Amino acid sequence: MELFVQQLLDGIVKGSIYALIALGYTMVYGIVELINFAHGDIFMLGSFIALAVLGWFGVAINPQNQAGLVQGGFFPTLIIIVLTLLIAMLLTGIIGVLVERIAYRPLRNAPRLAPLISAIGMSFILQNIGQIWHGPAAVSYPEVFPTGTIHVTSGISVAWKDIFVVVVCVMLMVILQTFVQRTKLGKAMRATAQDYDTSKLMGINVNMTITLTFFIGALLAGAAGLIYGLSIHSMQFTIGAQAGLKAFTAAVLGGIGNIPGAMLGGFLIGIVEAMSDQYISSAWTPVVVFGILILILTLRPSGLLGQQVPERA
Amino acid sequence: MQKAIQPTSKSRLARATEQRFTRTALIVMGLVLLFLFVLPLVYNKANLKAWGIQPFFGVQPPALIGQLADAAQYVLLALGLNIVVGFAGLLDLGYAAFFAIGAYTYAFLASPQLSTVTHGAIDIHLSFWLIIFISALVAAIFGALLGAPTLRLRGDYLAIVTLGFGEIVPAVFLNLNTVPLTRGLTGGPDGISGIDPPGIATFGLGSDICPKLSMAANGATGGCSFSSNHAEPYYYLAIIIVVILIFAVTNLRSSRLGRAWMAIREDEIAAAAMGIDTVRAKLLAFSTGAALAGVAGAMFASKLQLVGPGSFSFTVSVFVLCMIILGGIGNIYGVIAGAVILQLTQSVFLTNLPNNLHDLGTKNHIDFLANTDWAGLKFLIYGLILVVLMIVRPEGLIPSARRKAELHGDTGEPAAEVAGVGALRNDETERANPIARAERESLYDVRDEDESHSSDVDKI
Amino acid sequence: MQATTPVNEPLKQQIISQQQGEPMLDVRGIETYYGNIRALAGISLKIFNGEVVTLIGANGAGKTTTLRTISGITPPRRGTITLNGQRIDRVAPEQIVRRGMSHAPEGRRIFSRMSVQENLEMGAFARNDRAAIAEDMERVLTLFPRLRERLQQKGGLLSGGEQQMLAIGRALMSRPKLLLLDEPSMGLSPILIETIFQIVSDINKQGTTILLVEQNALQALSVSHRGYVMQTGQIVLEDTGANLLKSEMVRKAYLGEE
Repeated sequence: MELFVQQLLDGIVKGSIYALIALGYTMVYGIVELINFAHGDIFMLGSFIALAVLGWFGVAINPQNQAGLVQGGFFPTLIIIVLTLLIAMLLTGIIGVLVERIAYRPLRNAPRLAPLISAIGMSFILQNIGQIWHGPAAVSYPEVFPTGTIHVTSGISVAWKDIFVVVVCVMLMVILQTFVQRTKLGKAMRATAQDYDTSKLMGINVNMTITLTFFIGALLAGAAGLIYGLSIHSMQFTIGAQAGLKAFTAAVLGGIGNIPGAMLGGFLIGIVEAMSDQYISSAWTPVVVFGILILILTLRPSGLLGQQVPERA
Repeated sequence: MQKAIQPTSKSRLARATEQRFTRTALIVMGLVLLFLFVLPLVYNKANLKAWGIQPFFGVQPPALIGQLADAAQYVLLALGLNIVVGFAGLLDLGYAAFFAIGAYTYAFLASPQLSTVTHGAIDIHLSFWLIIFISALVAAIFGALLGAPTLRLRGDYLAIVTLGFGEIVPAVFLNLNTVPLTRGLTGGPDGISGIDPPGIATFGLGSDICPKLSMAANGATGGCSFSSNHAEPYYYLAIIIVVILIFAVTNLRSSRLGRAWMAIREDEIAAAAMGIDTVRAKLLAFSTGAALAGVAGAMFASKLQLVGPGSFSFTVSVFVLCMIILGGIGNIYGVIAGAVILQLTQSVFLTNLPNNLHDLGTKNHIDFLANTDWAGLKFLIYGLILVVLMIVRPEGLIPSARRKAELHGDTGEPAAEVAGVGALRNDETERANPIARAERESLYDVRDEDESHSSDVDKI
Repeated sequence: MQATTPVNEPLKQQIISQQQGEPMLDVRGIETYYGNIRALAGISLKIFNGEVVTLIGANGAGKTTTLRTISGITPPRRGTITLNGQRIDRVAPEQIVRRGMSHAPEGRRIFSRMSVQENLEMGAFARNDRAAIAEDMERVLTLFPRLRERLQQKGGLLSGGEQQMLAIGRALMSRPKLLLLDEPSMGLSPILIETIFQIVSDINKQGTTILLVEQNALQALSVSHRGYVMQTGQIVLEDTGANLLKSEMVRKAYLGEE
């Protein structure tokens, strides 16, 4: 039982990162019906960017003690992390916008297959950039958090950094949901996703709205990149594609186009992964995850939270 | 009832389905075949030396023949995927799964693997000529199995499901190795090796004839076997198989089934309303496409004499998809061209190109050329090709004429009519006017998973 | 089918005599294509301030395309459109809204996952004057009391008639001087249809100029000052509403008489 709970907790931690990435997939699909294959690789590049930003702040792997340490204690560390988060998010967001402008916008009116292929191509390009930047091997991330763990019981423990991961992810998701539900821009995004032409008739600049959507998605991917790095302590140029596929599964599971659905899906996939790794074997986990993907799409394509309300009235 | 749904005139249908082998096509094909047959005889070290020519992109004669034989496998893959994506309009992102199934089937039936696993109880070494049919059949069955869940899904979702299967199948082959019941069956990450090459009987001419055919003598069967030392037999075999299948696929396209596929691709509702069994047609599309991949898989296994899960990744699926996009989706000759170009680029250029570029750069003092790690940029270049191709020329090199017209907006006739579906609707404006169509569709409570969405591959 | 109260005779005379002046909307020689198929083959029409003008015609004649061209969703390949003296044929739809014209599209196209209130708010998206927006919201909800009852419900759950009211209300939220209404009566019961046309008339009396597209020729013409008849992408007849109702061609083709 304790093992089960431990896996559950680990799954939630991992799942929150998947959820952050899934949000990008789901928002973009909701608004332009495109599966942004490059999104996972944007997450990977975001992680590398965050690593570089940490370096600017003087936080780097110290060869002597194998860990990056920030002198000065808790608050300076916190400030550095927050600043890094914001800067990395911004820079990654810009990359997301660039990708949209270069590879997708010219194909706005092309048949559906074209932007999909373009997205795959973009994914290859970004992966290669990652490979050139940091080489083929995994790159170490500095140890920035206090390394302690809380022992809930003898068999269940939660690391401080896990708490940080979940807290930050949830905060970002809440901010996003508020933005989308309450602000004018957020409503513009929702309107454009529901009805592109009619939104124009409302006075919404749909091009800007779409760009904004990509920006926000990439923003969150950048955050996920930093969080992943600080949590797992490494990043490799191939991780983006792998994580991306799982995050996409999460988005589909929750109902593609549905923001709370992506969050739910992310947590679920994280838990499934943890359970599968533990109780079956990590070699079979991809099969399990993709099996779930196929099952959902076959039995209930609209996903868990997806609606079946007719769009047009 | 039949009268009402005939297309308006025979010549239109012929134009639309491009079925007839025009004389030009036959002549070109004949010339190409002649060239290919003669190539190994002419392109060898001695002749090159005599004529003072450099080998093609630095590829030595024997190697080139082998690479062309490999390219033939990809031609088959492209033809097969073209059926699924190009004819029927079903976007398949996991096509490599069927390639794997065909290859592993061959491996099971023509290697020591089963024997090792069952400790000698089962020792199968079937003949290549038999297994090629078995591989095709097994792959076809899986084609239907894996295609079945996608029947009610629309474009993107269908693609994702196929992507999922494309990841699952190699993973299963990888992992079955460690499952107690099937331990050792699939060979894990290293796969299955020691696969038998194809062999032929000598009909009493004795094994001396084998070296003359560039084959090795096979003591066990008394005939000759293809050998990994000489690619010529594989090469000629590949050409023959490819030609046979080109004919088969071309005839398939102009058959009733082929026309059904086109109708489905254009507008599934209308196709169903015309009486086409869309379920059967789609399953047959998956099966037939898979069957071709199965044949390619058998050829792959018998040539390389080794199969492993790493050869069937998503990258391979995308690679084949690129081939048909580059060449022109739907057009048989186009996808063949795309396959040959990309495969040769991959094997010939990218292995030697870095060296050539380095030399070029050093000779001309262009540092950028000389010092870049070109091999490491392979995926960047592929990605760029994809993106640029989509933006600049999505219809590919040799598009079907109708598609090019659609994409660039200068068709004289509404697309649906050309496909023969137009006969269903009377009012030209209504058929062509998307507003009228949208009006009509909004009356049928359109929901996401409804079949009412026409295939999204319809116009590329 | 009862005709609704025809427009005031004196008002009609006044409008017609104004036709010497500048039209509010001046459409000239519009040709619109979908790909290579020509949907509009040279449409010209004028709308004057204060009018209700109806465009009638069969399904597929191009009425909806005309509205979409005017509002900018489907730009024309040839021809000009002028709104209050300014060219709008090459202007993006989201800008045209800001110039005082709004379009309630065919099929209502309300945002089904947003509430009634949010839908109405979206109608005022282009505006910044909070107080005036609140005023207009109040006015719309008074015009359509049913919407007030369902203010927080999701649009997709409303009935057909309510959605039509929402679509019109939403279009009014931008305080347009010119309102394009595409087939407001489609799919509604006869009683509701009467109500809708009454509302059209009321909105017009409150000062909004309306261009109406309808298949329901009888009712539409009864509330219109003028009308145009379209067939396969062209205008074939133009006259006052009353005259069109009497015209033999219209009666045979669109009013179902022998």
